[in-house]
Amino acid sequence: MPDGSLRASRQAHAAHHMRVDLQLIADLVKPGSRVLDIGCGDGALIGHLFHTRGCDARGLELDMALVTRAVAHGLPVMQGDADTDLVYYPDQAFDYVVLTRTLQAVERPLEVLQQMLRISTRAIVSFPNFGHWYLRAQLLLGGRMPMTKSWNRMWYETPNIHPCTIQDFFDLCKAEGYVVEQWLALDDEGHRAPWRRFPQLANLFGEQGLFVLRRR
Amino acid sequence: MDQIEPFAEITHQAVVFPEGMALDCGRMLRQVTVAYRTYGSLNAERSNAILICHALTGDQYAADTHPLTGRAGWWANLVGPGLPIDTDRFFVICTNVLGGCMGSTGPRSPHDDKPHEPWGHDFPPVTIRDMVRAQKKLVDHFGISQLFAVIGGSMGGMQVLEWAATYPEAVFAAVPIASGAHHSAQNIAYNEVGRQAIFADPDFNNGEYWRLGVIPARGLAVARMVAHITYLSEAALTRKFGRRLRDASSLTLLDDKFEVESYLQYQGSAFVRRFDANSYLSITRAMDFFDLAFDRDGDLSRAFAGTRTRFCLVSFSSDWLFPTKATREVVNALIRGAANVSFVEIMSDKGHDAFLLDEPDFHRTLAGFIAGCADHRGLPHKETV
Repeated sequence: MPDGSLRASRQAHAAHHMRVDLQLIADLVKPGSRVLDIGCGDGALIGHLFHTRGCDARGLELDMALVTRAVAHGLPVMQGDADTDLVYYPDQAFDYVVLTRTLQAVERPLEVLQQMLRISTRAIVSFPNFGHWYLRAQLLLGGRMPMTKSWNRMWYETPNIHPCTIQDFFDLCKAEGYVVEQWLALDDEGHRAPWRRFPQLANLFGEQGLFVLRRR
Repeated sequence: MDQIEPFAEITHQAVVFPEGMALDCGRMLRQVTVAYRTYGSLNAERSNAILICHALTGDQYAADTHPLTGRAGWWANLVGPGLPIDTDRFFVICTNVLGGCMGSTGPRSPHDDKPHEPWGHDFPPVTIRDMVRAQKKLVDHFGISQLFAVIGGSMGGMQVLEWAATYPEAVFAAVPIASGAHHSAQNIAYNEVGRQAIFADPDFNNGEYWRLGVIPARGLAVARMVAHITYLSEAALTRKFGRRLRDASSLTLLDDKFEVESYLQYQGSAFVRRFDANSYLSITRAMDFFDLAFDRDGDLSRAFAGTRTRFCLVSFSSDWLFPTKATREVVNALIRGAANVSFVEIMSDKGHDAFLLDEPDFHRTLAGFIAGCADHRGLPHKETV
């Protein structure tokens, strides 16, 4: 029976582990909406959104090995580059466009954000916070580029060419005229950190920033 | 090459459509025969049908032994029980294209006006869309209002795209493999070399070689040899043959032969025993003429505007006949139309031919895409059938 099979695959999927921050993002998405996950990896989030929230969720991923794995799991994922391939999508094709832990690695973050809010009503963006106290302490006391779980590559080989802090991101949204509908700071496990009301504290203690944006 | 007789006319499973069919060229075929093979069984809802479209020199014998060559079907590694296109779960249809020579109406069929002669070179020019219209007749004949999937490689991929553009509601999922929305100038150029080789053969007799009981075997063989080179990558040719000689240890400039030469000659001579030269001309013309953007002001995305079909496009990294660039052009047009698109470039050094070969990543991709679509379509899982 189709219903039974869908339920079975839902259960199978729920048992599958997903990154905690992806779970938080999934909770921000209204059931049944159209979602594009940019840098979707093996497609864990879009699979979750389809199976548990009935979303029309699709993915874009740069790494061909991950794309192949996602498609082989039945997920609608295509190989493409956030920097160059968003231009092909029509205006307002999605309700949400998601970009997790990728903004710092794109070549032109400003243009990518502009494209995201052209093709979608809302943009959900997460990034590792370069303002975290531990990074600041490493630079201040050690005098060298910080190394942490998120910032774990040497400066000369890191793909993270555009690091920013939570406060930097607030400034950017203001300058670009984006409305911050929601924001959260996450700890290093990806759980919600309790700095909701105080951006300065979030900027010091949040390991990641998570924002929901829309155009004014 | 010794004189070769035309290959025998054998009976193929087929449906005759006596109402005929209007062609894109403006001419009319008074009746149309569509030869086909099926594998697996159609479910009660008629929702599990997959149409497979063959390439230039393929035919309907995708998964069973070929009646002329005795060889396994051209996609026997992909279509069958438990395989990526699983005949335990799906009803698989494969037709011989219009213009072909394995039982569907084509240059070897009786002439509409001269029933005792074949059409030969007089066969009206057909298009990829004509081929698809003929397939649609067969699909309607089976009472299938929507195909679960249409899948094909190379020219088969062109037919898949044409299906999705012409009958969007009749295609739940579309898988064009190693294909594109049109032939490049280079593709047309290679086809033209093949056609000229056929024309240059004295046995061609202006397309009426059947009057003499011969076939333009040398010309057709050369056409096949040229085409075959385009199906392989430089790396694949080097790996298979390098500069090795056949039956000799060193070059003497007398009668030594490189292995690659004898391989191509074998390919050519085997081909002429199963393929008709006029069909080859007809079908290569159809491929060259194909351009989905042509009557849409050059805007390919208009071919797929508002489509609800789920697409999976596959290219192979070493394919230079239909390079990834050609696939990406289709992908970009599809996403301009907000279509649901999966796209994978499979890493392979085997060239265009890779779509016919055992490429595990390709097979995994196809199987996964089909399973995902079956979920969306609400088809029962295999164990509950």
